[in-house]
Amino acid sequence: MSEDDDRSPPSDAAATGITASGSGGSTSVELFPAPYPDQVLENVLENVLCFLTSRRDRSAASLVCKSWYRAEALTRSELFIGNCYAVSPRRTTARFTRVRSVSIKGKPRFADFNLMPHNWGAHFAPWVVAMAKAYPWLEKIYLKRMSVTDEDLVLIAESFPNFKELVLVCCDGFGTTGLAVVANKCRQLRVLDLIESEVMDEDVDWIACFPGSHTCLESLIFDCVDCLVNFEALERLVVRSPSLKKLRLNRYVSIGQLYRLMIRAPQLTHLGTGSFSTSDGMIQGEQEADYASAFAACKSLTCLSGFRETLPELLPAIYPVCANLTSLNFSYANINAEQLKPVICHCHKLQTFWALDSICDEGLQAVAATCKELRELRVFPVDAREDIEGPVSEVGLQAISEGCRKLQSILYFCQRMTNAVVIAMSKNCPDLVVFRLCIMGRHRPDHLTGQPMDEGFGAIVMNCKKLTRLAVSGLLTDRAFSYIGQYGKLVRTLSVAFAGDSDNGLKYMLEGCPKLQKLEIRDSPFGDVALHSGLHHYYNMRFLWMSSCKLTHQGCREVARALPRLVVEVMTRNEVDEEDIVDDEIEILYMYRSLEGPRDDVPKIVQIL
Amino acid sequence: MEMVTRIGKFDHDDDHLNLRLGLPGTSEAREKQAPSLGSRTSNKRALPEDAEDPGSNSKCSRTESANADSALPTKTQVVGWPPIRSYRKNNTQSTVMKTPQSDVAGGNNNYVKVSVDGAPYLRKIDLRVYKNYPELLKALESMFNLTIGNYSEREGYNNGSDYAPTYEDKDGDWMLVGDVPWERLRIMKGSEARGLGCA
Repeated sequence: MSEDDDRSPPSDAAATGITASGSGGSTSVELFPAPYPDQVLENVLENVLCFLTSRRDRSAASLVCKSWYRAEALTRSELFIGNCYAVSPRRTTARFTRVRSVSIKGKPRFADFNLMPHNWGAHFAPWVVAMAKAYPWLEKIYLKRMSVTDEDLVLIAESFPNFKELVLVCCDGFGTTGLAVVANKCRQLRVLDLIESEVMDEDVDWIACFPGSHTCLESLIFDCVDCLVNFEALERLVVRSPSLKKLRLNRYVSIGQLYRLMIRAPQLTHLGTGSFSTSDGMIQGEQEADYASAFAACKSLTCLSGFRETLPELLPAIYPVCANLTSLNFSYANINAEQLKPVICHCHKLQTFWALDSICDEGLQAVAATCKELRELRVFPVDAREDIEGPVSEVGLQAISEGCRKLQSILYFCQRMTNAVVIAMSKNCPDLVVFRLCIMGRHRPDHLTGQPMDEGFGAIVMNCKKLTRLAVSGLLTDRAFSYIGQYGKLVRTLSVAFAGDSDNGLKYMLEGCPKLQKLEIRDSPFGDVALHSGLHHYYNMRFLWMSSCKLTHQGCREVARALPRLVVEVMTRNEVDEEDIVDDEIEILYMYRSLEGPRDDVPKIVQIL
Repeated sequence: MEMVTRIGKFDHDDDHLNLRLGLPGTSEAREKQAPSLGSRTSNKRALPEDAEDPGSNSKCSRTESANADSALPTKTQVVGWPPIRSYRKNNTQSTVMKTPQSDVAGGNNNYVKVSVDGAPYLRKIDLRVYKNYPELLKALESMFNLTIGNYSEREGYNNGSDYAPTYEDKDGDWMLVGDVPWERLRIMKGSEARGLGCA
């Protein structure tokens, strides 16, 4: 990563091109240096590389030669850091000097499910401190699963005069104080999106802190900010934000208040309702007509979400926009099939649909009947327990596979499933890129045949040639993994839980999937031998997560020794358990490639080997 | 409409609300199904019980924020399964409608179970009927024939009454009734509540 220049710089004489006139010679005076041919090439290269946006292409370009490396580094304006610990802020800002937009991801996904200690890391602070000095023209920050503090937000607001977009997804550690400073000081702010983040209620009226004049706001998403909002301030804000296209409210905004906002902002394209219910469960006749007309006035609305606390009798208000909707998120609305049908039957253009399983198989059949353009479906459980009957099953999945042939991405929680239907989906929906099936009961077999779910998932990897992301569940033997290794040649993200028989399962994945980037495994019987079978591949991966498997300290230490550029973090249960626990067993392994070596902000519970 | 009690052991679910009025020191240790490693620091009012019983399970979030290097869960508990983010779990509109004729939508009612220490059986009230806290407290007083007294921000109900109404919110913290603005409490009908007395 050295910045050393291969070529020697042009000598001074040629560079200045000016010779003293006193020498009497008729030397030509050149005011501008004649550029070397290489320099011309580099200038041209920089101008061309500006158009290269794909980061994979940029990485490839930077490897051609030092000159290209330099040019690419100077022209990269969008930085993506998939693991905040893979590279340090210092190294990053040294290499890339003209960055306008930064995306950083922190904790691995399993941290969302309480599998990691609270203070594990992924702190944004060192990054913002470095960037405040290095990137004064920074415009955009996108963070996912990072710990962000109010101080960090203040530093953003104070360091970047041109700051335009802040998107925080699944972040925590900050509160309304930080938001208030961002709102107030970032005068160019266009986007403030807070998505599934934990925001502390510090009793600050942050909405009122936006500047009093016209704002540039285009997107304001705060449904996860679980605090009362000053509605009058919000209404005034919407009125003076003529560019506002995306607005997602939290549940403290009532439907009456929503109405008032909608009539102020008919230009909205994305709307997240607050509470979609009345406080006494009653609707007056004119109210219903009013709400419908407010929706009708939003002629550009294509994306609808929210619906916390839905009163189903109010749903007819959204009928006027259904025909134009491309995205509908009912995943917080506990509605049944009968309540869904009159809505969904209008949604011919729908491409993204998220719902609760309260809509049942019947609701999914209604979706399949109408939504022929569906690309993405997510079905979440109302009741996330293991031992219950469950309202959706293979019947709903079958209907979707038959009706929505263009499906690309599915996340489906259910209690029972059959191989036959999964196989059918693999054949009916060849465009599938993301297939995530969560049979909530652990080790559940095909409920009709009693067989493991091997054949179903096997068919998915075999038939869905574009598949890059896969999550498996149910009773699975090593055979399922042999299929994955054999056919999953494009798979980049793999999620495994309570599956497999032996080390072979993991071996098949590590040896068979050359594109594997992110592998997360929990509660599966894979041990040290299997871990070693991946040594050839770990430098190509972003991370490997294994929890409650059969790994030992010794096994992990050997990997750490063999691969010095890998950071191997382990966490152990620190209680003395019953006799049958092997002392050396570790609970969590999280390992990732890194240019920096062990980080210095590890909590006590984490050990780096 | 009625909210039906879930069959089975009393565990952390979002489907019903329990208020309990009791004398000090009568808190029950609660067995949490999934002790949260990811619990956040909370800026909520500290209950007197904290000082008496710092090791109590039910103060999960507080002890964990105090003890940042929290232990991993024991083997018998299945943490984080099924893989749903707690944000989603906490915000999903709850329903326990098991009887076929029930309306599945949970938006119309706000029934709360109330139990009182020493009382032989529980009562049920509909929070929607009351406009504010004083009304609710009066109703509880007359229903159970006891004195709760008046709410004060500083002292809670420590003005000579024997009972104080409390509830457990979605984070598993025991909250004193009255701190949260009335509208917000009503909206929190999905949370579960168990009370204990403090004086």
